[in-house]
Amino acid sequence: MSLLEVAGLHVRAAGGRDLVSDLSFTVEAGERFGLIGESGSGKSLTALAIMGLLPPGMTASGSVVFDAPGTDRTEVVGAPERRLTRLRGQVTSVVFQEPLTALDPLMRIGRQVAEPLRRRQGLRGRALDKAVLAALEEVRLAEPRRIARAYPHEISGGQRQRVAIAMALACRPALLIADEPTTALDVTVQAEVLALLDGLVAERSMALLFISHDLAVVAGLTDHVLILKDGAAVESGSALDVVNDPRHPYARELVDSARVLDAALDRLKGGGTP
Amino acid sequence: MSAQARTARRRSLPLTAGCVLVGLVVAVAVVSLFWVPFTPDDTSGDRLMPPGLPHLLGTDKLGRDLLTQLMIGARIALAAGAGSVVLGGVIGLAAGLAAGFATRWLDDVVSALLDILIAFPTLLLAMLVAATQTASLTSAIVAIGLAMSAIVARLTRVLVKRVLAQDYITASRTSGTSWPRVIAEHVLPNIWPTLTVNLALQFGLAVLAEASLSYLGLGAPPPNASWGRMLAEAQASVFIAPVGVIAPGVLIVLLVVGVNLVADGLRDVADPTRRRRRR
Repeated sequence: MSLLEVAGLHVRAAGGRDLVSDLSFTVEAGERFGLIGESGSGKSLTALAIMGLLPPGMTASGSVVFDAPGTDRTEVVGAPERRLTRLRGQVTSVVFQEPLTALDPLMRIGRQVAEPLRRRQGLRGRALDKAVLAALEEVRLAEPRRIARAYPHEISGGQRQRVAIAMALACRPALLIADEPTTALDVTVQAEVLALLDGLVAERSMALLFISHDLAVVAGLTDHVLILKDGAAVESGSALDVVNDPRHPYARELVDSARVLDAALDRLKGGGTP
Repeated sequence: MSAQARTARRRSLPLTAGCVLVGLVVAVAVVSLFWVPFTPDDTSGDRLMPPGLPHLLGTDKLGRDLLTQLMIGARIALAAGAGSVVLGGVIGLAAGLAAGFATRWLDDVVSALLDILIAFPTLLLAMLVAATQTASLTSAIVAIGLAMSAIVARLTRVLVKRVLAQDYITASRTSGTSWPRVIAEHVLPNIWPTLTVNLALQFGLAVLAEASLSYLGLGAPPPNASWGRMLAEAQASVFIAPVGVIAPGVLIVLLVVGVNLVADGLRDVADPTRRRRRR
């Protein structure tokens, strides 16, 4: 049984326009799955639809079935809010295209990380404090004590991203959805956060649904990719196959442009100092 | 003293000054509960006496002690302010939260209603309410509170909408937080700083509104001395006994300015992102 089974998913806007049409894919337990597409291609909406968090006015149809060990098989589309609340946390997303807004500006970091720990693992008092520090250490944050006492605006963008990851992992999800986790970061911090995410997912054998516009990043991190254009899947397959032998013209375009960038870097390297 | 410490002192100056002014009025009101120089309906003094002994601030046109009246007036002004803010705050917050979460058409209906309510001048609305009942402090508080609730509701609605659009709400919901918890943990704390400042300002406006209503004879009836009614009564004899007009007028100004200073100071204290800049 697959962990996540999306079949014939449609997301319709209030006006009746299809924003995502007939999308199907499955994510197995422990698998890493990449969703690639340019902005407006419906990849973030897909993530929201999977968690039953579509903004008001949008409707989903089709089927999204989540089947994690320890919980009942759940059909997300059309499920009542109470059922979904229980499901969320099992399948958790790190929502952070912009890391500052993903954290409550008026709440100290420690309390924000404590929230899911308290609810999901029932920790209280000193055990909770310890778990918070452990969670912050786990995402390789130096000085976890200082960070726990800080407000979001007092730490850097990369640190916020790590905190957001710590909060998502505190729920011990079976599936982690990472929606453009590195877009707002500068390149060196990006690489660090990606490596961190990579390591943590491997450690816990979680499944990962990685959403990005960046083919190179997704291909490096996932086993299986699906390319979205205008809300429809244009190509899917193993990351290797898609990169080496893209069939759809749009996929070819993506791969080519990634290659152009690579080649430019190589040329610079080969040419040495000008 | 370092430059930073000096800025911190200066920034908290409005709050300190405001607290002193409001504290003064509160102290007078508290004292009036236990001791006043004369009973409020004691007309044994001569009429329109100048300040002296035994009537420290003199008497009004009925021979009542002015200081006694002022002290009781402080109680009424504070009660009017606090009562209206609590009433207007609770109703406004509830309505604003409901509108913020409501579906599109319900939100439109509530917003339109609020706009109509706000388009009415607060005082006119309060006069309408006060006029339908016998004039009393309670009717004045209800009137001012209702008028205020529309303003609070509209502010709350906008603030809630803005907070709900933030990623950290989605982030909290993805980790399985239920709506009531999201409201208690994230929505209320995030709208609170702005709301507190507004409520403090509304407190000052309510004191003024009560004084105006009393001035027009729609507030607390005698012998409960309201500053507004004292002004109205002493108006005719302003050239013979100026203290009767000046004293309540000055007190109204002090209280309202004090409350506004507190509101200004709260703005800096309530928001940690501003607190950092202060450091």
